[in-house]
Amino acid sequence: MTVRTAELLMAITTLLVSLGLMLNVYTDDLSIGWVRGRGPGAGMWPFWLSAGMALASVATLVRWAQKKTPESRNTDPYISRDTIFLVSISAGSVLALLIMMTFIGTYLALVVFMLFFVRFMGRHSWPMTLGFAIGTPIFVYLLFEVALTKYLPKGLPIFEDAFLWVDNFRYEWFY
Amino acid sequence: METVLVSLGSGLLEAFQPLNLMMIFAGCLAGLFVGCMPGLGSVNGVAILLPITFLVPPTTAIIFLAALYYGAMYGGAISSITLGIPGASTAVATVFDGRPMAQQGKADQALMAAAIASFIGGTVSIILFTLFAPPLAAFALKFGPQEEFALMLLAFATFIGLGGDDIPKTIFSILLGLVLAAVGFDIISGSPRLIFFDMVEFQRGIGFLVLAIGIYGIGEMLWTLETTSGKVQMHNVKISMSRMKENFKQIRQYINSTWLGSFLGFFVGTLPAAGATPAALMSYGLSKTFSKDPDSFGKGNVAGVAAPEAANNAASTGSMLPMITLGIPGSPTTAILLGGMIIWGLRPGPLLFTESPDFVWGLIGSMYVANAVTVVLNIALIPVFIRVLAMPFTLLTPIIFTLCVLGVFATTDRMFDTWIMLIIGIVGYLMRKLNYPVAPAVLAIVLGPLAERSLRQSLISAQGDATTFITRPISLVCICLALALVLFPVVQRILRKRKKAAESRA
Amino acid sequence: MNTFKLLVASASALALTAPAALAEWQPKKPVEFIIMAGTGGGADQIARLLQGLIQKKDLSPRPFIPINKPGGSGAEALRYMQDKAGDNHTVMMTLNSFYTTPIIQEDLGIDVTEFTPIGLMAMDTFLLWVNTDREDITDLDSFNAAVSEAGKNWKVGGTGSGQEDSVLTAMMEAEFGYDVTYIPFPGGGTVAKNLVGNQIDSTVNNPAEQMEFWRAGNTKPLVQFSAERMPAFPDVPTAKELGVEIEYYMQRSVNGPPDMDPEAVEWYVNLFQELFDSEEWQAFCKSDGLTCEKMMKGEDLATFHENQKVAHEKLIEKVGAGAITGE
Repeated sequence: MTVRTAELLMAITTLLVSLGLMLNVYTDDLSIGWVRGRGPGAGMWPFWLSAGMALASVATLVRWAQKKTPESRNTDPYISRDTIFLVSISAGSVLALLIMMTFIGTYLALVVFMLFFVRFMGRHSWPMTLGFAIGTPIFVYLLFEVALTKYLPKGLPIFEDAFLWVDNFRYEWFY
Repeated sequence: METVLVSLGSGLLEAFQPLNLMMIFAGCLAGLFVGCMPGLGSVNGVAILLPITFLVPPTTAIIFLAALYYGAMYGGAISSITLGIPGASTAVATVFDGRPMAQQGKADQALMAAAIASFIGGTVSIILFTLFAPPLAAFALKFGPQEEFALMLLAFATFIGLGGDDIPKTIFSILLGLVLAAVGFDIISGSPRLIFFDMVEFQRGIGFLVLAIGIYGIGEMLWTLETTSGKVQMHNVKISMSRMKENFKQIRQYINSTWLGSFLGFFVGTLPAAGATPAALMSYGLSKTFSKDPDSFGKGNVAGVAAPEAANNAASTGSMLPMITLGIPGSPTTAILLGGMIIWGLRPGPLLFTESPDFVWGLIGSMYVANAVTVVLNIALIPVFIRVLAMPFTLLTPIIFTLCVLGVFATTDRMFDTWIMLIIGIVGYLMRKLNYPVAPAVLAIVLGPLAERSLRQSLISAQGDATTFITRPISLVCICLALALVLFPVVQRILRKRKKAAESRA
Repeated sequence: MNTFKLLVASASALALTAPAALAEWQPKKPVEFIIMAGTGGGADQIARLLQGLIQKKDLSPRPFIPINKPGGSGAEALRYMQDKAGDNHTVMMTLNSFYTTPIIQEDLGIDVTEFTPIGLMAMDTFLLWVNTDREDITDLDSFNAAVSEAGKNWKVGGTGSGQEDSVLTAMMEAEFGYDVTYIPFPGGGTVAKNLVGNQIDSTVNNPAEQMEFWRAGNTKPLVQFSAERMPAFPDVPTAKELGVEIEYYMQRSVNGPPDMDPEAVEWYVNLFQELFDSEEWQAFCKSDGLTCEKMMKGEDLATFHENQKVAHEKLIEKVGAGAITGE
């Protein structure tokens, strides 16, 4: 896909999103006009701003057709082959991290995440890898759980119970 | 005047009590640490450490929390500069020039400028606070919704120059930010708006931090990976004493922006609704407008770091003013501090100054000390912060991603926002590649709700009569200033052209 | 300082948790203390005070973590609790939006009587306030005269459409037959500031939010909407004394999600009873004008919730949801 095609697709998407937002406000029965004696209704702000977004998208489309933007004259690939790998694997790893946090809990997820990045992406030595894979969860535990009393996602009950078993030592030994 | 000095003296004495001094030090350090973690701003730190302070006397407790608040304000600049992720909304404007400076290998200069500007901003602000607290509080009361809206117009007017070169895309970006800010429950009408897919989570709205961390954390990281192909890292800076001295001398380049930011920040901060974020943004915008070289802003101009940093520190002190004189919070953090004061048995309100002078002056005294402690800590720690930039990308990337995810989770305690952050990050990256500027969207989501709410409050109170904005003096002045700001660059350009034409003729 | 903390902790542990230790159930993990309002408001202050007291007195083997879920006048919090049905480690600090939000937002599908009642910590009251500059207004009659004359020009400040004070404002409009302009602000503190700065003409506010301005002589109360005069305001007449049938309270109770285990409920009830009886809590109630005579719990509280729910349904029907939501 060239940058030129990408700009067209993006402008069409932003236009559709703007229209979708307008429709969303409109179908919610929010008053999009000026209410007499009260000023703007609840829907006026989002509705007309979305309309403005739609107009801006149309302007971009027109400029694309007239080849006025630098992007519309650019026929280089939108994302080059090298970067598509790097970028998608990074974005994918965050996605995987979020999914893992939901199921196996934050700490195990972080171990896997760190192993992946440090060992497989970075090809660092095993001591370094293990240091990060174990050090990060411990740091996160101390900062978020102990110091800031946040209860991070623990995943499915079985993983939560395992965590609580470990967490119990903290209360038994230090309080 | 004399009584002020005497009270201040006793306040400083209070701050120099060994226990209090220790607490100031601990608070500043804790604040720096919490503040430089993306997502964990002073709100988190103060809220969580509040119960600990039940164990010490109230004055010591508030000194500790105020020091923490202060430290966090400085800390926000650190992640803005080194990681390119604003730790809190107040540090957004610091990213604009701080990040490019770090990429050019000038992170130490940026950090130094941030520290010094913060110190000046904080100090100016405390002095103003000490001298003029009561009359300023009276002035803040004159600010109704109309004035707030006019102030928002002024804030928007200062951003005119911040957009990209592609006007339709810049407009789209601003409007997108404003619309995203409207997601959630509308407090004026009490009806839910833009609840996508009927998910009840959207009723809370899309938080600023979710958007900012998505765009600057995830999006920026993907962008950096692409531009560097994951190989080259930012220039490593060798810190030496002589370089530090040189950095210190640079102060001339940003001193004007710093003064501007300090006074503007304090003034905006004292208004209960505004707070430090609009102050920092306005200060950045104004510095750019009145700069001799506005085009260098956003590309690593050190004045672009100093202006917002001076303003946000000045404003954070300023926002203590409505809290202490009226018992009204100027920011979420001061709201929690207020809660703390109530728990300690103090009664924040108009009588606090006369009924608990030891407490108030102890707090003011501690702000002088905390400011000095934090600037020293900050400059001393610059080499440590710089080390972060020297890490290979395969180590830095996972750490940043982890901090982004956990930081977003910590602000709202729900996974939902981390998903939104990821989506915004990827979309932001894709749009950025097509020359859609991202900064306007981030600014708009901060100011959008304030602007919409004050506009509607004013019109309701004036029963739909829009002339209400120009019949009230303070509001009229703000609107005229906003117009002047919009016209200023145009006039300047015309004048320059004429001058050039005149020169070429001669 | 650490030694000090340890000493305090162990001493209070011996003194206070001894009976609690006999109970079978105890929290095994940190307890989420949900607040159905934003940071800095009344509910938030109370929840954070309670959390602080739990920590200070070492009443729980695991910490209580205050979490604000203010979205949609508490809709987000209610839905969260509903989804946590059967969970023994979540409790919620509520206010009256506990009743009003499910009525106004019908499609939320929440029935609060299914929630597990734990304890009613306090009843908060409302008063009608005006700026002291208004020397022409001295009592309810002169207030009503001024409002009727100003009509729509009379500006009432409040904390948001659908909130308690908007309900009360709607009740007053219905009772006295006038129509005022209601302006929502974020939080009671901002309302107070706007009243002191004469940006609005009147407000109905909890005592805590106006107390200091009143003591400083900036604002004055005209009427209280409780059954009897509060000790803090002995000279202010109640609406009932003046022959006006308006009585309205704000409940501040702690509730759990539906289907909590009875052993867990017992533990929480004991915990909050202990907090309720503590000197600190009683002192806070006194200084903030809250009514805390006896903690209502169990069946009593369930009945109370049911009655309140019905009362609010009637109220909203009477004044019309439109009058509350504003459009």
